[in-house]
Amino acid sequence: MLQAVIELTGLTKQYGDFTAVDSLSLTIRKGEIFGLLGPNGAGKSTTILMMLGLTEPTSGSVHVCGVNSTTHPIEVKRKVGYLPEDVGFYEEMTGVENLIYTARLNGIPTQEASAKALLLMERVGLGDQLKKKTGKYSRGMRQRLGLADVLIKRPEVIILDEPTSGIDPAGVREFIDLIRRLSREEGLTVLFSSHHLDQVQQVCDRIGIFNQGRLLVDIDMENISREGKNLEDIYNQYFKEGGYSYK
Amino acid sequence: MGSLYTALTNIQAAIKPNDPDSAFLFLKLFTVSDGTLPSFTVFITFLGPLPGITLGFDAINSEQNKGTLSRILSQPIHRDYLLNAKFTGALLVIALLLFSLGFLVMGFGLIAIGIPPTAEEFMRIILYLTVGVFYVGFWLNLSIFFSLKFRQAATSALAAVAVWLFFSVFYNMIINLIGKALQPSAMASTHQIISYQKFMLNLLQFAPSELFNQATTTLLIPSVRSLGPLTMEQVQGTIPSPLPLTQSVLVVWPQITGLIAATVICFALSYLVFMRREVRSR
Repeated sequence: MLQAVIELTGLTKQYGDFTAVDSLSLTIRKGEIFGLLGPNGAGKSTTILMMLGLTEPTSGSVHVCGVNSTTHPIEVKRKVGYLPEDVGFYEEMTGVENLIYTARLNGIPTQEASAKALLLMERVGLGDQLKKKTGKYSRGMRQRLGLADVLIKRPEVIILDEPTSGIDPAGVREFIDLIRRLSREEGLTVLFSSHHLDQVQQVCDRIGIFNQGRLLVDIDMENISREGKNLEDIYNQYFKEGGYSYK
Repeated sequence: MGSLYTALTNIQAAIKPNDPDSAFLFLKLFTVSDGTLPSFTVFITFLGPLPGITLGFDAINSEQNKGTLSRILSQPIHRDYLLNAKFTGALLVIALLLFSLGFLVMGFGLIAIGIPPTAEEFMRIILYLTVGVFYVGFWLNLSIFFSLKFRQAATSALAAVAVWLFFSVFYNMIINLIGKALQPSAMASTHQIISYQKFMLNLLQFAPSELFNQATTTLLIPSVRSLGPLTMEQVQGTIPSPLPLTQSVLVVWPQITGLIAATVICFALSYLVFMRREVRSR
């Protein structure tokens, strides 16, 4: 078995009486594309925040690349690229300038950063928008720039929280292809959180279905296709059993 | 500019015979006024908080609302770097502003009255401006704290301006009210009157503007030797001469410490709120 990159053990997060994440245990291996699937408010984003040390778990622990995210968030953030849902940029700067800024925060010298930024802009399909200020970007363009922003620090793991929202269908396909390619070529581990079944099915090697802070099932996509099942059937099955109708 | 003009037109009237401060003519540029326009120091005391508030009120919540906060904090930097950077950046701007204003007044004053400042006067002005930076720094920190506490930039701006208005307008009224209520009778002993005076002074010193005011007065008017009441025995035998710079600094040391402490408390509060907070996108 390959080495575990993300390891959650008994992870729990409570907000007052409400339990957002309930004793979650999960292991994601190196080079895997893991899909976190679940309806809105299932606790996907909270789990991701805990992986990055942006919020503290009530109990349990998170280890990313063998480092505890709660106590040593800086080392984790050096290795993990995170694309938040609805990412924002400094609006008075161009996309390239924003990328260079992120690179500088990661200790990459300016010259190297600007060369890399241009390359990445091309790669995410923003090569013709170099002079445009990010304030004028559409939501989909921001999301693409967000991916470039994640990649410029050369992460080992990338965490994408609803990355495709606001991107047009053709863009989504490119986006997903890009993620797959990156994962294959550079051995990136990807955590892909979404509520779009079809996208998750296209991109992921393994998925976890998530509801009300619990992991309901953890399956390999290979098994699904071997058994000739459809992801949607499985998903519906779980949400009917749980007495939860998902539309 | 306006206050410089009033100072220049009144500077002749300001020189009185037997005035112990007459040796410090240059300092009067900052403090003299005939009542139509306030002096430079009053301007700074009253309006100085505004640039501080302007630079701080949306420091953190605008980043949050633009969605850049979670992006920046997912980079390998410590959280306090962000607060430190917001603070030092704005403080540098404020220091630049205050010093260039101060030097402008000095420069124009030099051209107009033709008397160069002595080394001591120069030092006093520099010290005054430095204390001024701390004073505006307090307001900057307060507004950064509000920007952490309130999600909306407008709320934090209004809260900061409310505190400013409270201390610059209403606080004195409340103090007067308390003063009237507690006033000892005419037959009270000296001891009672002195403790009453001290109490009122202490109350007054809760306002940062008052602390700054007292520091300013002492630094720029060298003949001021005490900010509280003095008994006849203490005054007896003193020569009505200006204090040397080090002694003036000694007199206002508590005020300066108080100002710095208020600044540090605000900063510490911001740390406390920010360090363990959950950072969500938007």
